[in-house]
Amino acid sequence: MTDPPALVPLDYSRDTLAELLGPDWNDSLVRAFRWMTLARVLDGRMLALQRQGRIGFYGPATGQEAVSVGAALSIGPDDWVFPGLREQLVALARGHSLTTYMHHLFADDLDPARGRQMPCHPSAREVRYVSMSSVIGTQVSQAVGLAYALRYRKDPSVALAFFGDGASSANDFHAGANFAAVWNAPIVLCCTNNQWAISVPVERQTATATLAEKGVAYGLPGERVDGTDIVAVTNRLRAAVARARSGGGPSLLEFVVFRMTPHSSSDDPTRYQSADWMARARARDPYLRLEGLLRTLGLADDASISTWREESDASVRAAIAVAEAAPGPAPESLSTDVFAPNDGRPAPS
Amino acid sequence: MTELTIVQAINRGLAEAMRADPDVLVLGEDVGVNGGVFRATEGLHKEFGADRVIDTPLSETGIIGAAIGMALYGLKPIAEIQFVDFIYPAFDQIVSELAKFRYRSGGQYPCHVVIRSPYGGGIKGGLYHSQSPEAYFAHTAGLKVVIPSTPSDAKGLLTTAIHDPDPVLFLEPKRIYRAVSGEVPDGEHRVPFGEARIAREGSDVTLLAYGAMIPTCTQAAETLAASGVQAEVVDLRTLVPLDEAAILASVEKTGRVVIVHEAPRFCGYGAELAALLAEKAFFSLKAPVQRVTGYDTPFPYALENLYLPSAERIVHAARAAVAAG
Ligand SMILES: Cc1ncc(C[n+]2csc(CCOP(=O)(O)OP(=O)(O)O)c2C)c(N)n1
Ligand SMILES: [Mg+2]
Repeated sequence: MTDPPALVPLDYSRDTLAELLGPDWNDSLVRAFRWMTLARVLDGRMLALQRQGRIGFYGPATGQEAVSVGAALSIGPDDWVFPGLREQLVALARGHSLTTYMHHLFADDLDPARGRQMPCHPSAREVRYVSMSSVIGTQVSQAVGLAYALRYRKDPSVALAFFGDGASSANDFHAGANFAAVWNAPIVLCCTNNQWAISVPVERQTATATLAEKGVAYGLPGERVDGTDIVAVTNRLRAAVARARSGGGPSLLEFVVFRMTPHSSSDDPTRYQSADWMARARARDPYLRLEGLLRTLGLADDASISTWREESDASVRAAIAVAEAAPGPAPESLSTDVFAPNDGRPAPS
Repeated sequence: MTELTIVQAINRGLAEAMRADPDVLVLGEDVGVNGGVFRATEGLHKEFGADRVIDTPLSETGIIGAAIGMALYGLKPIAEIQFVDFIYPAFDQIVSELAKFRYRSGGQYPCHVVIRSPYGGGIKGGLYHSQSPEAYFAHTAGLKVVIPSTPSDAKGLLTTAIHDPDPVLFLEPKRIYRAVSGEVPDGEHRVPFGEARIAREGSDVTLLAYGAMIPTCTQAAETLAASGVQAEVVDLRTLVPLDEAAILASVEKTGRVVIVHEAPRFCGYGAELAALLAEKAFFSLKAPVQRVTGYDTPFPYALENLYLPSAERIVHAARAAVAAG
């Protein structure tokens, strides 16, 4: 038996970090780590709750947290986020309440969408996080339309559109990339390539060597980024966001990550993943890579890390307790929000 | 009042809405310099510029997806699908996204989008320039479906659609774009949704129809009148929301119904109307409900006049209804 590959450390000097992330790099990295801690705790707890039958479904994002946190660190409060399947952490790190999100996961009456969607499909307009469907890829062309509207109204904000490697085969990725480039829209297309679309590996998804190079066909700059490296993610996203904001146009970033959990609570990856996948994934665990860097730089130690973990655990448990006590959706909510209220329609007879 | 054709009335409605509200913009294929292949957007590009009258790449899913994104932000896009036969690449965006955004976000993300598209046969357009897909969309909760049949309604219903905070599919009867002209109010003119129009009054049989079938029904009604049968023509105007009260009132009076549409019969919109009558007008009916529709085939090129409901077929069905009771 060969030893599993060792964790690949994040190796940055203080000077390089200041250059890549700006003067408050240390504060950014600590904040990023604390959000990633929360995400780890949340995934662990919610998968367990799903197993216990306390929530119906869960879609974890373990292994992909650096992309979401990097995004939250790279945009301003007025920018817009169109999530893919695993970007709920972007909403939380932008200020969406954990308790409100928990109401959504429990599909109760205090969920802003009244429990209408499966868990992990939150809507959070207060942080400009757009409602998503389960239909893969549709958000890409929508995000481009919103980006067009930003420029039309002379709003200096930008849009980020997230989608997976599987989504790079879907109609709206291609339509969206093309429209974005033709319109020179202020948007960054963010492909989170976790190398799987349920059981289908990325080699079966595309014949190109990278997903980033698909930008060439549309006249979009495309770049592949190590999505398990929070420093690289943040640095490259900030550059792409600055480019979009200044009128320089859209771009495509491919974040290569490793899916470290089943596709969802309904999936059994032992049917299709080889035994060494998880070992390779663990060597690129974005959370442990950042933890190592923080320790090396003296920004974290055993004590602070366990404090942050306990804090996350406490806030997740508190949110669960609140949501679990909330009533289920009122029956009337079945038929509200189909159309605007009081829209002058004749009352149904 | 100005005498206009349907397509001119639509053009007026668009221009006036755009003058009144800078958040209204138009996007689609060839809608810009060319003014649309049917000229519905003629002059808009010149008046409002390329940023507001957008010639898009050729992708219907892109057009509707982008229109949704604009609306999520707060604009009021009017997307043109050049022929409704080409709407299917956008079916996913319409059915899965546009129609469901308000519901799935608990009202956080309404979609103020109008989709305009010419529909229907009679222009020698073959399979792919002739279809009437209204039933697919009427079946989808969260969408309103509107079909005008007169120039005045074309402008009035379009204006209401543009002001509606929810998605509206506005289907334009292209066969009568220029065939019918009539007086259209100048300036702000809205026709409310959910109010059918009695296109012709009558006491013996009700013809339920919409769009390009209205002139055909009126013609049939004239033939019937010559033999002493008075047909009432009810123009539904909006399929969603449906004016049930107007339908039931007419049927209470006549006791006989012929439903007319171009789309195939099986699971067509007429099936819903027939079900409504069975549920709510059963005791008013003197005769079985008749349907005169397209056939359950694809839309044919050479035989389109055989396929499309004609005044003769409607007259025949109406006489059968009268003979039955
Ligand atoms: C249009 C569509 N087809 C199929 C599915 C079922 N499905 C859900 S997720 C998924 C794989 C998505 O892969 P990817 O885009 O890489 O995202 P990931 O799950 O890896 O984050 C599939 C096939 C779907 N939701 N939508
Ligand atoms: Mg994937």
